[in-house]
Amino acid sequence: MHTPMAAGEAALVAGHGHGFVLALPENEPFALDSGSALLGVKIAYQTYGRLNAERSNAVLVCHALTGDQFVASHNPLTGRPAWWDLMVGPGLTLDTDQYYVICANVLGGCMGTTGPQEVNPASGKPYGLDFPVITVADMVRLQCRLVDHLGIDKLFCVIGGSMGGMQVLQWAASYPERVFAAAPIATAARHSAQNIAFHEVGRQAIMADPDWRQGDYQAHGTRPAAGLAVARMAAHITYLSETALHRKFGRSLQNRQTFSFGFGADFQVESYLRHQGSSFVDRFDANSYLYITRAMDYFDLAAEYDGVLAKAFRGIETRFCVISFTSDWLYPTAENRAIVKALNAASANVSFVEIESDHGHDAFLLDEPEMFRTLAGFLGAAAARRGLRRP
Amino acid sequence: MNRPPAQLAGAPLREDLLQIARMIPAQARVLDVGCGDGRLLDHLMREKQVDGRGIELSQAGVNACVAQGLSVVQGDADKDLVDYPSDSFDFVILSQTLQATRRPRSVLLEMLRIGRFAVVSFPNFGHWRVRQHLLLRGRMPVTALLSQAWYKTPNIHLCTIRDFLLLCDKLDIAVEKSLALDEAGRAAPLGGYLRVANLLSVQALFLLRKGPDFTPTPA
Repeated sequence: MHTPMAAGEAALVAGHGHGFVLALPENEPFALDSGSALLGVKIAYQTYGRLNAERSNAVLVCHALTGDQFVASHNPLTGRPAWWDLMVGPGLTLDTDQYYVICANVLGGCMGTTGPQEVNPASGKPYGLDFPVITVADMVRLQCRLVDHLGIDKLFCVIGGSMGGMQVLQWAASYPERVFAAAPIATAARHSAQNIAFHEVGRQAIMADPDWRQGDYQAHGTRPAAGLAVARMAAHITYLSETALHRKFGRSLQNRQTFSFGFGADFQVESYLRHQGSSFVDRFDANSYLYITRAMDYFDLAAEYDGVLAKAFRGIETRFCVISFTSDWLYPTAENRAIVKALNAASANVSFVEIESDHGHDAFLLDEPEMFRTLAGFLGAAAARRGLRRP
Repeated sequence: MNRPPAQLAGAPLREDLLQIARMIPAQARVLDVGCGDGRLLDHLMREKQVDGRGIELSQAGVNACVAQGLSVVQGDADKDLVDYPSDSFDFVILSQTLQATRRPRSVLLEMLRIGRFAVVSFPNFGHWRVRQHLLLRGRMPVTALLSQAWYKTPNIHLCTIRDFLLLCDKLDIAVEKSLALDEAGRAAPLGGYLRVANLLSVQALFLLRKGPDFTPTPA
């Protein structure tokens, strides 16, 4: 599947359980939006299905804040189902019998792609806060190197929800001629003040943990687990909806009949959040959380185009399908509709569906038949237009 | 999980939609405003290979369209036409929807700003059955085309063929073609006897273009 690389070019290296890892040439600086550059950048990725002879059936899935490259089947590191196992797989909406699905851990991540927990070649020690601040455009530029490496000129589709949707929009704006179809889901073309505010709460929780050690916790052999867990708990609330929380927990007590008159997890909802927090710290790096949330905060696609989002899409031939969910208050329909307005103003080919769901922002990860039906129709029509054969 | 998309292919097209389809040349750029379940768009894309887009208010309609592979956005003729650039389509279609808009005059102007041509069909409130309801029974008309009682109907801006032509005249909109449909769905050119057509047509269909002094924002 992978063509052998000549000396000096990017090379495939052992991934230590992270799947495939592409290493850029060690002496090649990877330039960032901030003006700094990284040396020896690696990108960890997974592929599913087979690339066809025309190399026209590749789908790039972009993951969200805490996602990873294990998009289908199960995650070999956690042993749990992959984060989009309902969407990607044989016979599913993103049918791996038809499409060649690629998913890569984002720059700044902690699942094998270069990020703050990796060793800084300049110092021989983990980056920590010496890691430069990155942007969504930096993430996408690195993914583009991977797509080049895989020998794919034009992706059939780039798809993702939440921060994944931001990457989809950035792909379309940066490389319109390389994206045949794009599906940004439950996302926004810029991060709202409210979303920046929630991220700041999470970051402050991490940085207030004494075990964070000014970001240098790896050298001290500590982990800011309490801070990261609180960050996750606060964020997790924003992924749900009031209706969903009420339906799931109401005011039910956890394994007890009466209040404890103390501060234990009396309520089921507290117990649930504590579990979400503590299981998250086992799989995620606190500094990665700081860097990736920062990249999302900085995201404002229109800013590069005189503040006019439509200019980001002028003349674009990519077909778009934008999807939002009624109960998503993190990336509400209005934010998604702003993308649609800009695409219409640019005369782009766009479909837009708002799906009725009380699952909040997380709906895009869950069993939402209407979402699958919409995307199947969109992808089917695009595949016919692209001349892809059905399996 | 993946139900096959609804099959509209081969389903018979409503007579007024067939008449609209006849007005659209092959490969035209078409925006269907209020496209419903996408019947007309689907027909135009298959039969005329048009570059077709749609706007639909109802969630169910939009979802059905997109699941079939049509490019449709959820939106509102009154609010969302302003987003589209001028002269970005050859044809902007509004079938049986004008009377349900809040500002039909602005909608009409927007359609001709966006498209080189506009195609508009609406139920004729001048039809003799409508007049009979008011004249003889003293009640708001309920007919095959205007099937809802006054307190339920989405049709808030009804007009007669004569009303519509007067408005076109006022806005410097030129009528390129006009068709009248009778109760049996038979279409006939709207000839010189406007008085008769206004009495006998249940619905009317117009192909419109900008007149020499057309401006999308008249005083």
